Amino acid sequence: MCPASFDYHRPASVAEAVQLLSRPGAKALAGGHSLIPAMNLRVAQPGELVDIGRLDVLRGIRVDGNRLIIGALSTHAQIAASPEVQKHCAALATACSTVGDPAVRNWGTIGGNLAHADPASDPPTVVLACDAVIHTQGENGQRAIKAADFFVDVFTVDLQPGELITSIEIPSQSHRRMAYVKLPHPASRYAVVGVCVSMHTSGGVCDQIAIAVGGATAKATRATGAQSALLGSLLEAEALEAAAIAISADIGDQAVSDIYANATYRRAMAGVLLKRAVKAL
Amino acid sequence: MKVSITVNGKLYVRDIEPRMLLVNFIREELGLTGTNVGCDTSQCGACTVHMDGRAIKSCTCFAVQADGRQVTTIEGMASGDTLHPMQEAFWEKHGLQCGFCTPGMIMATTAYLKDHPNPTEAEIRHALDGNFCRCTGYQNIVAAVKTAAEKVGA
Amino acid sequence: MASRIFGSGIKRREDPRLITGKGKFTGDIMLPHMLHMVVVRSPYAHATIKHIDVTAAAAVEGVVAVYTNADMTLANIPCAWLIPNSNLKLVPHPPLAKEKVRYVGDGVAIVLAESRDIAQDAADLVRVDYEALTAVVNPEEASMDGAPLLHVEAPNNIAFRWIASSGDAGVEKAFAEADVVVKERIVQQRLQPSSMETRAAVAQWDSGNEEMTLWVSSQNPHIARFVVSGVAGLPEHKLRVIAPEVGGGFGAKLPIYPDEVLTVWAARKLDRPVKWVESRSENYTVTTHGRDHIEYVEIAATKEGKVTALRGKVYAGMGGYLSTAAPGIPTIAHGLMYSGVYTIPNLRCESIGVFTTTTPVDAYRGAGRPEATFLVERLMDKLADKLGMDPVVLRRKNLIPPFANGYTVAMGITYDSGNYEGALAKALGIADYDQLRKEQAEARTKGRYIGIGVTTYAELCGFGPSAVAGATGFQGGLWESAIVRVSPVGKVQVLIGASPHGQGEETTFAQIISDELGFPVKDIDVIHGDTSRTPMGWGTYGSRTTAVGGAALVLAARKIKEKARAMAAHLLEAAVEDIDYDDGKFFVKGSPDKFKTIQDATLMATLAWNLPPGMEPGMEASQFYDPPNFTYPFGAHIAVVEIDPDTGKVDLKRYIAVDDCGPQINPVIVKGQVHGGLAQGIGQALCEGAVYDDNGQLLTGAMTDYAIPRADMFPQFEIDHTVTPSPHHPIGVKGIGEAGTIASTPTIYNAVIDALKPFGIESINMPLTAPRVWAAIQEARANHAIGGR
Repeated sequence: MCPASFDYHRPASVAEAVQLLSRPGAKALAGGHSLIPAMNLRVAQPGELVDIGRLDVLRGIRVDGNRLIIGALSTHAQIAASPEVQKHCAALATACSTVGDPAVRNWGTIGGNLAHADPASDPPTVVLACDAVIHTQGENGQRAIKAADFFVDVFTVDLQPGELITSIEIPSQSHRRMAYVKLPHPASRYAVVGVCVSMHTSGGVCDQIAIAVGGATAKATRATGAQSALLGSLLEAEALEAAAIAISADIGDQAVSDIYANATYRRAMAGVLLKRAVKAL
Repeated sequence: MKVSITVNGKLYVRDIEPRMLLVNFIREELGLTGTNVGCDTSQCGACTVHMDGRAIKSCTCFAVQADGRQVTTIEGMASGDTLHPMQEAFWEKHGLQCGFCTPGMIMATTAYLKDHPNPTEAEIRHALDGNFCRCTGYQNIVAAVKTAAEKVGA
Repeated sequence: MASRIFGSGIKRREDPRLITGKGKFTGDIMLPHMLHMVVVRSPYAHATIKHIDVTAAAAVEGVVAVYTNADMTLANIPCAWLIPNSNLKLVPHPPLAKEKVRYVGDGVAIVLAESRDIAQDAADLVRVDYEALTAVVNPEEASMDGAPLLHVEAPNNIAFRWIASSGDAGVEKAFAEADVVVKERIVQQRLQPSSMETRAAVAQWDSGNEEMTLWVSSQNPHIARFVVSGVAGLPEHKLRVIAPEVGGGFGAKLPIYPDEVLTVWAARKLDRPVKWVESRSENYTVTTHGRDHIEYVEIAATKEGKVTALRGKVYAGMGGYLSTAAPGIPTIAHGLMYSGVYTIPNLRCESIGVFTTTTPVDAYRGAGRPEATFLVERLMDKLADKLGMDPVVLRRKNLIPPFANGYTVAMGITYDSGNYEGALAKALGIADYDQLRKEQAEARTKGRYIGIGVTTYAELCGFGPSAVAGATGFQGGLWESAIVRVSPVGKVQVLIGASPHGQGEETTFAQIISDELGFPVKDIDVIHGDTSRTPMGWGTYGSRTTAVGGAALVLAARKIKEKARAMAAHLLEAAVEDIDYDDGKFFVKGSPDKFKTIQDATLMATLAWNLPPGMEPGMEASQFYDPPNFTYPFGAHIAVVEIDPDTGKVDLKRYIAVDDCGPQINPVIVKGQVHGGLAQGIGQALCEGAVYDDNGQLLTGAMTDYAIPRADMFPQFEIDHTVTPSPHHPIGVKGIGEAGTIASTPTIYNAVIDALKPFGIESINMPLTAPRVWAAIQEARANHAIGGR
């Protein structure tokens, strides 16, 4: 409960934040729900913290045409409760409603969550399934990074020193049906495996589909094999079974093992959850 | 660094190290020791307080982040000698044993009831996700929350 | 007469301060000029200390001192349960490690600084040069030839080897002649007790009077004074130990640890108050763990289902050192209970305590008895399965018949009273057992896996008498004490030696006094947890505070009553024999309107203007009570679970607990104790377990990894009771603190295995997490067992 000392900055603008964050050893502080526990354990000892929590320009959830724009400082609770999110990306509302616990959701932010890129976190899986775009501001200007490119590895994302997530842009999924289902870890409540499905059917035939799986691998992964297995199908039992097998193969030897669950379990559960997610649509 | 934090309706101005956690500000700077620390990792909820009306975990928040904000702790729940209905309900339903988790439980559940005035038992159990109790097996805590909901709703 | 306060579920008197945040825990104590202590701990499970360099740490601004073992002459931390005839190796346990560290978390230095943050900053700068040695975490492996050796005094890491037997020849014969023998290897996984308040200590030295005050989060302040004064070299009467509010203990605040000794030592050395508060990660690596048995057990029976023998060989992990009560747990508190509630004529337990490079193990709720109950109940279910018999039918064939005053089991201990069939019948009735079995059969036809677990149990509780303590090597007594002091205006102070910390005795003991003496509860204050205010006692553990301390209290109250009766007789100018008592009033037989209240008698006894001949002034009574026997609460529990075969997740649908702790002083508090006990026992069955890697690193060192049960894991528990008084207790009470934990682990386990019967699964190591259950199902399917989808 004793973090190491650090210098604290509270920038008044994104530009100032970016400038401060480009210094060596500086970390951004928003909700702090990934960072502060690590600092309490002194696993993380950043020399400088840049508190972006008051940059109101990074707040807010709005719809712009067929795009949902979520400010980086939106809390999990705000996203879960947002009618806009529920309409345009229902699975993100679901995922955010399963992050941590109520108090964590009240203070933890989506931007911090994505930047931290815990492989077992819920929102990245949905963000990836929706082909979201992560908007950032850095010293060299703004970038729009596809979710597929943004998540690099365990706790590693495509953010340069000084670069800050400003918003997450999600193509509206309102014409699709979405589900996010997870098996929570009994202690941490992170996803042992989480699966997001976004699907469109026409006359019972699946003609658009996106599937992502989280928790099972070092970073959230698109299940391309499972997508192919369902695309064009009538979602009949055989197709679902094939998709379940395919998603296990999609994860393949990238599946992680830990003291709670081994890779075999995670691969199998991805299939189980995929079937459940499709049934929940 | 100088901060101004309103705790239980009273403004406190203090010069603190940035690394001071909100919970330590409350406990050590203000001497309000009802808020407890049970873990280092924001799981257990013993440190739950209200910030601007919402439940947060004060072990996962630096005091500088609370600068200019309104914080309510367990010490601010009763009005004079009149207990908050949730406090009353925890007492009535034997919702505590050692009492260490209790302040956090009361803070978390009062905030929850504001948004969910008529929860089912399953919803209450789910809402207690971020608050651990090792003594009660939760049964009487759930009963207390139900009772408080009825009292407030009545 | 008003309804009786004894047996009434009145609201707890502890609660107003706790629900308002005014309760003071040790960590809440802040003293002027107080220093903060942080312990530098070994990151290695097993290593030689080559050199410690504190220079950089000592140079940090705000650091007052940094000390290592070389700076202090403290005695070793003692072990207090020296089991006789077990070749017990009393290995040294210095408060700070000297040449070697023996678990991750073993202390090597202390830093004293003006703030906790500074102390931690400096602690990070203490440089320790270690030479790593090989770790060993599994007690069975640690006992084998060639395993890394922790202590030269203990070859093969064997701390003790203890055998209890009803007669080896009889046991051998019974197994040789049995129609059926069923065996099991049981892993009682290591548990992290996880009281919500971590441990903490604050020490204040009064150099003028050479007196030390120690506030410590402890279950037994008097034992703390006894031991800490010895280790720290303070005269015992100059050490005052206070256990203020204690945020749960569950056994882990029973041992005496280096930390409080170091706090006291540093406070005296520096002549400033010193505070130490354990972080949660420290709590998980340093505060004692529970269980950690590997057991080989077997049961013998006739083909009709009459159990003829049961025996077990237990490897009990001790961790790096012998903690305070550790050797007593897998021996006295375990092996003696192998009979369970059954008439088993032949019993044997061999228990081998083994050092491993892990956190020391000590009492955890139930301590030894949950392990015993688990193995007995597990074997009963497995035997029932082998015999093709309903597990309830098998149990009924072997239950000890009801008895009101003593039944001696083959291990030689005498249970006080029991009606096991009564509790079982009641539980079966609540559960509607026959209907449940029908539903289970029907569900199986639909590919649903419902399981029913039934446990009947008795536990050895109410730890005492002291003669047994002595005979079993416990280095203390097992009596309790109480002083009842009535003030002139009729307010009552009850001072008890026991130290409740959440169990509610401030309320239940006031109810006892109110019931015995007629004072309203509001006029009775129960004081505990302070060695300078209360008489000696041996602590709150082993479900003994009400069973033993409560008896002391009743007898003290009865002394008050007799004195008040004598005083009242004198005031009423009547003979004592002619005085009747009802609800706080003494009156001459037949004239209830001519009375003196107990308050009147107290006032006049205190003023002492006109005492009967030979009476001392005042109204105070003291009682030491050493029970003639343990108490043996018992009961029957039933669980219904459903397993999701796709994920392996166990869903607890129903839990029925019928417990018998004798007459209940406050049924609401009793139920609360059962609820909490159930949660902990179910936690062991389903989600809790300490995990070490091969290097002795604890992988469950934070609440993100160690799964404490949450509210959504449980249904509404269905709680009921029967009442069978203890024949030897003045008010018949037995104790309830551990019952829920003792019974619920095997109940859940048996329910899960029952659910998995179609797969032919016979055992899965606990905790029965979804991945483990799923893996067992997969393995069974791969082995072409019947059933499944």
